[in-house]
Amino acid sequence: MALRVEDNKCIGCEVCVHACPYQAIEMVDERATLNEACILCGACAYACPTGAIVLDRGDSDVDITQYEGIWVVGEVTSEGTMAMVTAELIGEGGRLAAEIDTDLSVVLMGDDIRHTAEQAAGYGADRVFVVDHPALARYRTEPFTRVMADLIEEHKPEIVLAGATSMGRDLAARLAARLKVGMTADCIELRIDPETRMLEQTRPAFGGNLLATILCEQTRPQMASVRPNTMGLPSFDESREAEVIEVPVEIEEGSITTKILEVVRDESRSARKLVEADIIVGGGRGFADKQQLSLLDELAEQLGAAVGFSRALVDQGWVSSTQQIGQSGKIVHPKLYIACGISGAIQHVAGITGSDCIVAINKDPDAPIFEVAHYGVVGDVAQVLPAMTEAIKARRGE
Amino acid sequence: MNIMVCVKQIPDTSEVKIDPETNTIVREGVPSVINPADEHAIEAAVHLVEEHGGKVTVMTMGPPQAEDVLRQGLAMGADEAILVSDRCFAASDTLATSYVLANAITHNNNFDLVLTGKQALDGDTAQVPPGIAEHLGIPQVTSAIGIEVEEDRLRVKRLLEEEFETVEVPMPVLISCSSQINEPRRPGIKAKLMAKRKEIKVWDHHSIEVESCLCGIEGSPTRVVRVFAPTFETDGERFEGEASDCALAVVNRLVESKII
Repeated sequence: MALRVEDNKCIGCEVCVHACPYQAIEMVDERATLNEACILCGACAYACPTGAIVLDRGDSDVDITQYEGIWVVGEVTSEGTMAMVTAELIGEGGRLAAEIDTDLSVVLMGDDIRHTAEQAAGYGADRVFVVDHPALARYRTEPFTRVMADLIEEHKPEIVLAGATSMGRDLAARLAARLKVGMTADCIELRIDPETRMLEQTRPAFGGNLLATILCEQTRPQMASVRPNTMGLPSFDESREAEVIEVPVEIEEGSITTKILEVVRDESRSARKLVEADIIVGGGRGFADKQQLSLLDELAEQLGAAVGFSRALVDQGWVSSTQQIGQSGKIVHPKLYIACGISGAIQHVAGITGSDCIVAINKDPDAPIFEVAHYGVVGDVAQVLPAMTEAIKARRGE
Repeated sequence: MNIMVCVKQIPDTSEVKIDPETNTIVREGVPSVINPADEHAIEAAVHLVEEHGGKVTVMTMGPPQAEDVLRQGLAMGADEAILVSDRCFAASDTLATSYVLANAITHNNNFDLVLTGKQALDGDTAQVPPGIAEHLGIPQVTSAIGIEVEEDRLRVKRLLEEEFETVEVPMPVLISCSSQINEPRRPGIKAKLMAKRKEIKVWDHHSIEVESCLCGIEGSPTRVVRVFAPTFETDGERFEGEASDCALAVVNRLVESKII
């Protein structure tokens, strides 16, 4: 493998200097020159507008043209319906499939789940594989990976999408390692190049402070998991039909080493409540101690709002990670988000920009959160929050 | 019980700043720390060995300075430490990293349990633990918040989106730990000094018999082609001054625009 700069094509525009994540390109006599920090990642070759930087990756032994079609790994809820994240993926996968003129298939695995195929069809799947077996009643790594790996080897899809959920992350990572293919976790944006059929996968990087676009050039399928709530829900039309393929499988329960002993619903302030809430009050580092967080609860109570937190408070151990808002936590899009004592690190902001209205309260007038806020209050949460709670109470009293 | 704990040194991402001119990360002066979830994995390992006997080995793949996180593991009570370090491992993606770590784990004798953090804070992929388990051909249990020994099997409680799930698995097994699993101990000065004097094994690609074409850039099917800072909208209305006046003004705006 090698990276070379063709001097006669380099126009000295410095695009590559900015594209390089490793600060490995310097301009020498107005020509791009690689230094020893280069790790041959090829970001510069991708960015170069004149094709002056060339990455030779050697020949691949995989014939990528054999692979066709876009697949979604479906999820079935404990109530026996197709999960919303799967509907979102069908919408996104269908959009990508249209761009490269191919089909969208969904794989649904579970026990007694044939009826979910209609849901997948209604959201726009062209083809649904139904794998119905008692051993698949709840997600377990071993049987689900085996079923998916066999199906992929047989049908050779070019792209496989999964939800970045606890099931999707567990399964997709294991599957990618088994198939020895590239896998990009937690994508927030997908694009496809209609010429090369290459999937451009954009995800948070560096703790969510930056975004990175990733390609899997030489392995197939191209695998990605997608954050729930980032892609939007496609329309549902029950008159739509899909080709339904029932896949017979033989699974010996005794051959599966993992046994599920117990499942208990988490009744604490639940994650779903946060994601579905119309109003969310978020707390961050601006609180003096854990006790002071009760100011958030008081405001939330007046507004009928859910409460979430920035990563700083989760790292500090004050609150549970299930209540974390941001790119590495929950992505939310309420009508109103009130950021209290949150400075506005990029990774947090990226999780709240879908909010219709953002209010920020912070004592630092230069806090980056003010840049995205529709209304900002410069002040200490210890004073501003009780005052807001009172003001709302007074309004309601009128 | 023979426990291998895989840990990662990461840049302290809460300290990350973006250069507004070039839109790239300012790397200078960003301190390196142990990935927070990995401290919980070390604690879980040390605790299991305290209760049931055995040995804890901490392992990391990284540059020579990643030795710091191994010393931290030793100070917390690990018995041995291994640094898997080779220039040809640089820029490995999750597939290549899990290949290298799995080979290093098998190279180090028998193991009953591999523990890791659930995910690293910098990359945040949670892909390496299942990748290691696949390369080792053993079961995996991700997002653990509790581990109990039940004769020759383990009972593991997992935290899912809205449920707690308890599973039973035989050993050897890989378990990735959520930060809710325990409270990591804070080693005292004495433990830290002891840890400083301990020997750390350093293994390169020859010693663990990995093929260099399967690690580093060459062994990594994913390729980062663009890194950029997300952009967000601006311009809003700002209130400063007496807290009660500001609070009232904001509430009025929200009511006027029928948001509340």
